[in-house]
Amino acid sequence: MIELSKTSRRKFLRDIGYISVGFPLLSSCFGEQDPVVAARVNYEGDLPGSMRNASKVNAWLHVLEDGRVMVFSGKVELGQGIRTAIRQVAAEELDLELDQVEVHLAETGVTPDEGYTAGSSSVPNSAMSVRYAAATARQKLLELASAKLNIAEEDLILYNGKVKSKKSNQSLNFAEILEGAQIDMEVTKPVPLKIKSGYRYVGKAIPRKDIEKMVRGEEVYIQDLRFPGMVHARVLRPAGYQSKLVKVDDSGLSTAISGIIKTVVNGSFVGVITDREYQAVKAEVYLRKHSEWTPSPSFPKQETLFAHLKSIAEKPQSIRNEGDITTTPNGTDTFKASYTKPYLKHGSIGPACGIAMYDGEILHIWSHSQGIYPMRRAIAAMLKMEQEKLHVIAIPGAGCFGHSTADDAAADAAILALSYPGKHIRVQWSRHDEHTWDPYGTAMIMELEASLDANGKIKTWKTDVWTDSHSMRPDNDPATLLDTRYLENPVQLKGRGYLGGGHRNADPYYSIPNMQVNAHFFNGPLRVSSLRSLGSYTTIFSIESFMDELAEKAGKDPLEFRLAHLEDARAIAVIHKIQEMCNGEKLEEGEGIGYAFSRYKNTTAYATAAAKVSVDRASGTIKLLKMWAAVDVGEIINLDGIINQIEGGMLQAASWTLKEEVTFEDNKITSSDWRKYPVFRFSDIPEVEVAMIDRPNEAAEGGGEVSMPPTGAAIANAVYNACGKRVYDLPITAEKILG
Amino acid sequence: MPKFTLHINGLQKVIDTEPDTPLLYVLRDNLELNGPKFGCGLSQCGACMVLVDGSAVTSCMRPVASIGDSKITTLEGLASENGKLHAVQDAFNQEQAAQCGYCLNGMVMASVGLLNDNPNPNDSEIRDALQLNLCRCSAHTRIIQAVKTASKNLSGK
Repeated sequence: MIELSKTSRRKFLRDIGYISVGFPLLSSCFGEQDPVVAARVNYEGDLPGSMRNASKVNAWLHVLEDGRVMVFSGKVELGQGIRTAIRQVAAEELDLELDQVEVHLAETGVTPDEGYTAGSSSVPNSAMSVRYAAATARQKLLELASAKLNIAEEDLILYNGKVKSKKSNQSLNFAEILEGAQIDMEVTKPVPLKIKSGYRYVGKAIPRKDIEKMVRGEEVYIQDLRFPGMVHARVLRPAGYQSKLVKVDDSGLSTAISGIIKTVVNGSFVGVITDREYQAVKAEVYLRKHSEWTPSPSFPKQETLFAHLKSIAEKPQSIRNEGDITTTPNGTDTFKASYTKPYLKHGSIGPACGIAMYDGEILHIWSHSQGIYPMRRAIAAMLKMEQEKLHVIAIPGAGCFGHSTADDAAADAAILALSYPGKHIRVQWSRHDEHTWDPYGTAMIMELEASLDANGKIKTWKTDVWTDSHSMRPDNDPATLLDTRYLENPVQLKGRGYLGGGHRNADPYYSIPNMQVNAHFFNGPLRVSSLRSLGSYTTIFSIESFMDELAEKAGKDPLEFRLAHLEDARAIAVIHKIQEMCNGEKLEEGEGIGYAFSRYKNTTAYATAAAKVSVDRASGTIKLLKMWAAVDVGEIINLDGIINQIEGGMLQAASWTLKEEVTFEDNKITSSDWRKYPVFRFSDIPEVEVAMIDRPNEAAEGGGEVSMPPTGAAIANAVYNACGKRVYDLPITAEKILG
Repeated sequence: MPKFTLHINGLQKVIDTEPDTPLLYVLRDNLELNGPKFGCGLSQCGACMVLVDGSAVTSCMRPVASIGDSKITTLEGLASENGKLHAVQDAFNQEQAAQCGYCLNGMVMASVGLLNDNPNPNDSEIRDALQLNLCRCSAHTRIIQAVKTASKNLSGK
């Protein structure tokens, strides 16, 4: 009603205007001047991979009854602000106000299947698909309006949700143009895109609307969903990875704890359903005490982990081999160094949660999984159901930083829902289970060997990397879900997932004439999967630590040494930028600055990081004082969003570098809570400064992972410069400074 | 089950629950308040913080039977009745001091608790007050800035 009266008031004023004073003068008086509509240029480049199976406009956007637009993305909101970025590109191409765009995130049967929300691919895939679909839609809306109004397209203006005549009062909103239909046409090249100089939103720091909801407690996370009659559940995880249930005695459970609805036992899967959530917490403790399990075999000793990993590695695979690394220059030495990185946790602040309800025909699942379509395939296979009988809805969860436990919680809920139909069952994981059953980022070893020529340039380079898999994400293999391995007819993993993540960035992005990279894959003792930036954090920690060592051997400044091996202007620019940012930084006694560079995956975004630390030689205490980053992600979509990602990525990687290590003893993971697995707290936080180099005409790359890899090495190099001690084994702790 | 009368966000609520139920579960499960979050259940991360008589404390290990007549304020109770945000909420939004926002409840409550006691905290007092609160997305520098902004706005500087 309010909308209508506003519209009619404007129309009334304009009608008066025509009669009395004429349009141009009135326009300026009443703010009704025709908006400047930016020109369009034809885009002939590649369409994103996400459009392969969703090539039509209506897969990506619908016009709502009120004329606003609903955009569909197969990605999930994980705190990275993808909803805002997608809203920006859609509003941009359709010349809408931002609040005229709603974003519907992943839901099976509704949004496109975009696989996983991972690998910094949401902007290049999802946001770009929406861009091309929206631009195509705009063109179609103009054509249709032209036909409907019988006005030539060049005499029409499409702006803020209306197509109106430049010469008369006639106008239509998008819903009036389509009359209930949607735009069922293929997105084909050339796509008429808005010229970048005409942007209203893209590239700007657009505040996220969800943050205001968060501060009010109104943002709904998976943990906050409630349904009428919803019941609660916890799952008793086995005593160890390979433990089997011998017996569980729940005979006294209902007497000991109120609200017990059902205990579900299926092989070594034990779940308990209760009225209230805390009853489930207590029931899990009770069942733990009243159950017996076969012991899981012991892990290798933590002190000898890396020797063990080498001993179980397969024959190396050649990843890259160029030139001849045996060509060593006369009179120069070959330098070697070896680096290790422990298992790391995802460490989500919100332990996993899953909700499921079986209505007798369809199994509905609510999950914060990063890939709801692939997870649907895995759960369907685990339950031996047809995929179409599963309906999965993505709901935001706490930041997860890779494949963590969300899918496992959804699987728990699905199993329990089938055994207790008609009710929504909410499974909440405990902190202990989150810490001990997480698929960790794998431990890794990097051995590097290089030689310098007479001019102090790198002549030969050899990388040997030891790594486990970097993705065991759920998909067709149901054993990627934890529960599958413990049900009555357990199924074990068939494949090894994505091994390639282990040698990501293992070949330096430098001009080196002779280079060899070998990967030694192992199937390690702990459960692993993808952790933010995969192997790159470790490969770049090693390579960029080694680059500083080589620069010192060559008697060169570390950044000048890197510049001497770079040809890519964008790489050179991020190094020049960091030089400018840190220029004039004063160092006290015991302080040092270190630098590191990487181009993520060697094909996407560029980052140089710098860190300033102070090291107390007597106690070994390291204090991280400041970090800088100079970053180029190509075209920037949301300036504040990307800076937030870079800042957070650096601080998280700094926490990995200085604090974190999964610990285990006998057959137990011992880093089972935040005390036993310390991460950065406020007392550890340095000042952080980020500079973005905007390149509107380059492809928009994701920025979620780009700052992690160079951060570790920048800190290691700073520590060396501060105290002369180079630490090769992560994390860099006081003990290792003194050792 | 025993009944407990709690003072929450200016209202009296009568809850039927076991006496050992932690306040967090009463707030979330019985009263359907989504502000306080479950993070660890061990009082190690701060996601579940509420104000008890104006001081920020964790609620995940605090049995409902121990609350007595204390006044509890949750994130939902910070804004005034006309919907105007508390200066701390406003500052977190203004500084875009979040990524996933799961820890935000605790960050806001700890900051409100701090400013209740000390309206003009310096950098190290802010860090001390937030030391229990974990943020894995690592929006820490923005959070510190938000507390400074809130302090400034509250004191009208």
